[in-house]
Amino acid sequence: MAPMISVRDVRKTFDDGLDALKGVSLDIEKGEILALLGPNGAGKTTLISIICGISTMTSGQISVGGHDVVNDYRAARRLIGVVPQEINLEPFERVRNTVRLSRGLFGLPRNDAFIEEVLRKLSLWDKRDAQILALSGGMKRRVLIAKALSHEPRVLFLDEPTAGVDVELRKDMWQIVRDLQAAGVTIILTTHYIEEAEAIADRVGVISKGEILLVEKTGALMRRMGRKEMIIELQQPVSEIPEALAKYDLGPGPDANSLVYRYVSVPGQRPGITSLLTDISAAGLVLRDVQTRQSSLEDIFVDLVRENAV
Amino acid sequence: MNWQAILAIYRFEMARTWRTIWQSIVSPVISTSLYFVVFGTAIGSRISEVEGVAYGAFIVPGLIMLSVITQSIANAGFGIYFPKFIGTIYELLSAPISFLEIVIGYVGAAATKSAMIGLIILATAYLFVPMQIQHPVWMLVFLALTCLSFSLFGFIIGIWAKNFEQLQLVPLLIVTPLVFLGGAFYSSSMLPPVWQTITLFNPVVYLISGFRWAFFGLADVSLGLSLLAILGFTGACLGVIWWIFRTGWRIKS
Ligand SMILES: Nc1ncnc2c1ncn2[C@@H]1O[C@H](COP(=O)(O)OP(=O)(O)O)[C@@H](O)[C@H]1O
Ligand SMILES: [Mg+2]
Repeated sequence: MAPMISVRDVRKTFDDGLDALKGVSLDIEKGEILALLGPNGAGKTTLISIICGISTMTSGQISVGGHDVVNDYRAARRLIGVVPQEINLEPFERVRNTVRLSRGLFGLPRNDAFIEEVLRKLSLWDKRDAQILALSGGMKRRVLIAKALSHEPRVLFLDEPTAGVDVELRKDMWQIVRDLQAAGVTIILTTHYIEEAEAIADRVGVISKGEILLVEKTGALMRRMGRKEMIIELQQPVSEIPEALAKYDLGPGPDANSLVYRYVSVPGQRPGITSLLTDISAAGLVLRDVQTRQSSLEDIFVDLVRENAV
Repeated sequence: MNWQAILAIYRFEMARTWRTIWQSIVSPVISTSLYFVVFGTAIGSRISEVEGVAYGAFIVPGLIMLSVITQSIANAGFGIYFPKFIGTIYELLSAPISFLEIVIGYVGAAATKSAMIGLIILATAYLFVPMQIQHPVWMLVFLALTCLSFSLFGFIIGIWAKNFEQLQLVPLLIVTPLVFLGGAFYSSSMLPPVWQTITLFNPVVYLISGFRWAFFGLADVSLGLSLLAILGFTGACLGVIWWIFRTGWRIKS
């Protein structure tokens, strides 16, 4: 099946000479949730802006739903809803009016029932006639989402939707994202909250300094890059690691009574835990507790960016 | 053409006008009345008539032009500058609409508002001086073309401006003097010959002259020249807007 979004070798050089995107290629499948992860200034917003028509690309090709975003921009944009990173709203406007405007801009006939449904889903119905300036930051972000949903997009971009957002909205937002996915909508989000990308995204794309470092299924990425740590608590303090255990990658633990064992969990290969525990007993140490921890996407990410920087 | 989108922009912009309807109407009415008191009464007592037209009536077309031109530039300029300034322009740029449709929506709304103000001033003027408009259709044509062309011009200023000062600079420094010196309150035949020649380089002279001809059948320059001037100005603005559209100048980074 053809990808919903196809990005081919997109480059962007700003007027001041900065290369914000250095040949980005990316395919996004219909109905998937893709998380774009990258530090500030990586080019996430620039990439989204170019796909949506807010910014122009220096070179490259992008199609959405098979429509070229430059030559066939109407058909391409009709499919796209975008929730910007910044809260860009007209302060004196009223909630329902501004959401109606968004629908109108996409050439759709007025549909108050649908707008009501969107506003209710976002807990904005009570505020429908409030002025934007009277809303809290979280409410304003809900308005931005309502505007993006007002024209029934098939592709939704969420640019750092959870930055500075309260827990409740975050929960609502992920529910909405899952509902949209169930309805077949393709979702691309950027976020700083890596655990959330891990929890919600089907695939994760890592971007740094205008380059995509990798795009991989979230689970596979975790498995491949998933370094594990085992914290071994002992009955007695260990000042130095016994000779007999030198062949293991052991280091000092969080306190004097513990050690940390680092290993990579690769399918089909034994991580050597059994032999380690046997050797610990043989060395005369008494185990009290053992716990393991999987490295988060954040750790993986930090490693990747470091590799890339070298 | 995405008419639905044009209509959405137009309605949204007009809603802004309706919200501030009283400021929109009251201030031009008051300022026009003041002009009548100052120019019509004070100067009118010295210059009773110009080329057979009572001075009070003579200044009406110029007064309307003055307001319509400043209002058109201010409305259209602000209309497109504001979304740029607060960032809501992302929505226009990511919608399935062409730049032409954006222009039609914004300029249409700005021109409508200034035409309304022009007509309100005309109605106010009737309260002060009795008048007979000789060519009402031409009067409306000139009014519409002026609203349109200066709204286009204002739109360009709004795109060009990087801050509020710049937004106000051009109207204040260039347009207002051109209108005042454009024969709004006098006939160019009242000037010394040298100044009459210099005046011919002021494009606003042609507009006011044509507009005044529609009222009283009097003109400083020929009707054809007046029409040519305003159509030329409209064409030039459209050209600049087309270029902005091609390059995305100051709207897309
Ligand atoms: N309009 C612009 N002009 C010049 N440089 C820009 C502009 N917008 C963004 N940049 C630069 O491009 C790079 C990528 O920015 P951005 O896409 O916003 O990153 P991210 O969203 O990943 O934080 C940054 O170095 C930023 O400073
Ligand atoms: Mg960003």
